[in-house]
Amino acid sequence: MRIPEQIKRLALVIAVIVAGVLLTRFFVIPRSLIARELHQSSTVERELAKPVKLAGSSVCGGCHEDEYVKKNKGFHKNLACEGCHGPAAQHAEDPGAMKPPAPRDRKFCPLCHAYDASRPTGFPQINPTVHNPLKPCIACHSPHDPVPPRTPEACSACHAQIERTKAVSSHALLNCTTCHGVSQQHKKAPRTSLPTKPAAREFCAKCHGQDSPQKEPPKVDVSSHGGTYLCWQCHYPHLPEGRG
Amino acid sequence: MNKREFLKGAVLFFPAGGVLSALAAGLGSPEAGAKEAETTKESGGAPAGAKPDAKPYDPASHYYGMGIEVDKCIGCSRCVEACKAENDVPREPYFFRTWIERYVIKKDGDVTVDSINVKGKGAKDRVQDDPDVLRTFFVPKLCNHCAHPPCVQVCPVGATFATTDGVVLIDGKRCIGCRYCIQACPYGARYLDPRTKTADKCSFCYHRVRRGLLPACVEVCPTQARIFGDLRSKASRLVRFARMNKIHVLKPALNTEPKVYYAQLDGEVR
Repeated sequence: MRIPEQIKRLALVIAVIVAGVLLTRFFVIPRSLIARELHQSSTVERELAKPVKLAGSSVCGGCHEDEYVKKNKGFHKNLACEGCHGPAAQHAEDPGAMKPPAPRDRKFCPLCHAYDASRPTGFPQINPTVHNPLKPCIACHSPHDPVPPRTPEACSACHAQIERTKAVSSHALLNCTTCHGVSQQHKKAPRTSLPTKPAAREFCAKCHGQDSPQKEPPKVDVSSHGGTYLCWQCHYPHLPEGRG
Repeated sequence: MNKREFLKGAVLFFPAGGVLSALAAGLGSPEAGAKEAETTKESGGAPAGAKPDAKPYDPASHYYGMGIEVDKCIGCSRCVEACKAENDVPREPYFFRTWIERYVIKKDGDVTVDSINVKGKGAKDRVQDDPDVLRTFFVPKLCNHCAHPPCVQVCPVGATFATTDGVVLIDGKRCIGCRYCIQACPYGARYLDPRTKTADKCSFCYHRVRRGLLPACVEVCPTQARIFGDLRSKASRLVRFARMNKIHVLKPALNTEPKVYYAQLDGEVR
């Protein structure tokens, strides 16, 4: 049978089209555009190129050995350093580049230790509003080796009301003995040996005077402020006004 | 030949050509492609801290998973913070690669679930003692890295895939941001990154794992509620965890075969 001329021509046209398609598919389109394995391996590479931001506790322990050993013996042994101090891989590479913060205020510890009914029973929890309000947690508990503090404190065993008042005041961090001189005799026979009280305005001026080296306490001009009265005759030292 | 014959011929011819080209591709490219992928993987993917004579990483000999002991979670959100820092997750409180849910089950059978990390959604900061509450607990959640991932099935451009070592990853350059995977994920683990307009989710901190580190959330968990390990290694902590505990997975009926294993999981947890 004779093949008609037009069929031959048509076959030629189709052959050219097919060749073009195959050529485009296998040679013109780059493999990187269609190969799934290449996309996946390049994704894996991009993923692996991401920087590590948390160095890991053992890296911290390389330099801060004291804290690391201490922490790993205590109740916080399962805590990662960076759980509290934040990501520190940058600091591990170049200690001068960045200093990991230490959370010292009362907001941080209750993230774990505030009472919450959903927390597992037995996990140590406190009620932050009544547990020594305003006192920073680290005043009593070392975060690297947390243990319940020694109770009762020497003074608060008897002077609990004053202790509680002071605890919510801006004087919370001052020890009783900062202002009061107490003899050992006072513990045995309280009334025969009374503690001393500051008797001069200069005592308060050590912190509140204008030339005081301390930055935080409010300052007054001691020579003119309040005439001849002693400070405690107007300001109650266990709950001085203007806290906050 | 008339037009009808031509069209008939064409209908037969083009699919035949397609089949042939597919056959040619099937013969020619897979080995070559796999080989190429393998070499690029090995050159770029050797763990950074590894010694030069160390064996190249073989993805086939690892299979990663995570264990979560629900009874140990205290809901402190350290994992969420660490994850956000490590993986550069947007700080807004509704983008999470991992998050913690609080379950409150009342005596009348009423169950409320809310993510404690999402603020201002009526989620109370703390639950105090309430006589109506039967039980309440925290459940950490994250991408389950399913063995049969629905997100991979639905992705129209093949941007998300499961690696040989069992981690579901997203090709951020290929993702077109169509949100199909976000809809398909039964665990709500995905989000659309507002900066890149592409889908994103937990990667098991793949960059850390391949360097021999733990994922960030596991690293910082103060109560060891999270455990990470290699299911192919008999000595891994995860295998021990799975041996010592009765294990549940989330939504087993969906047959997704998650690789995040929960111990002491309450029946109410979805």
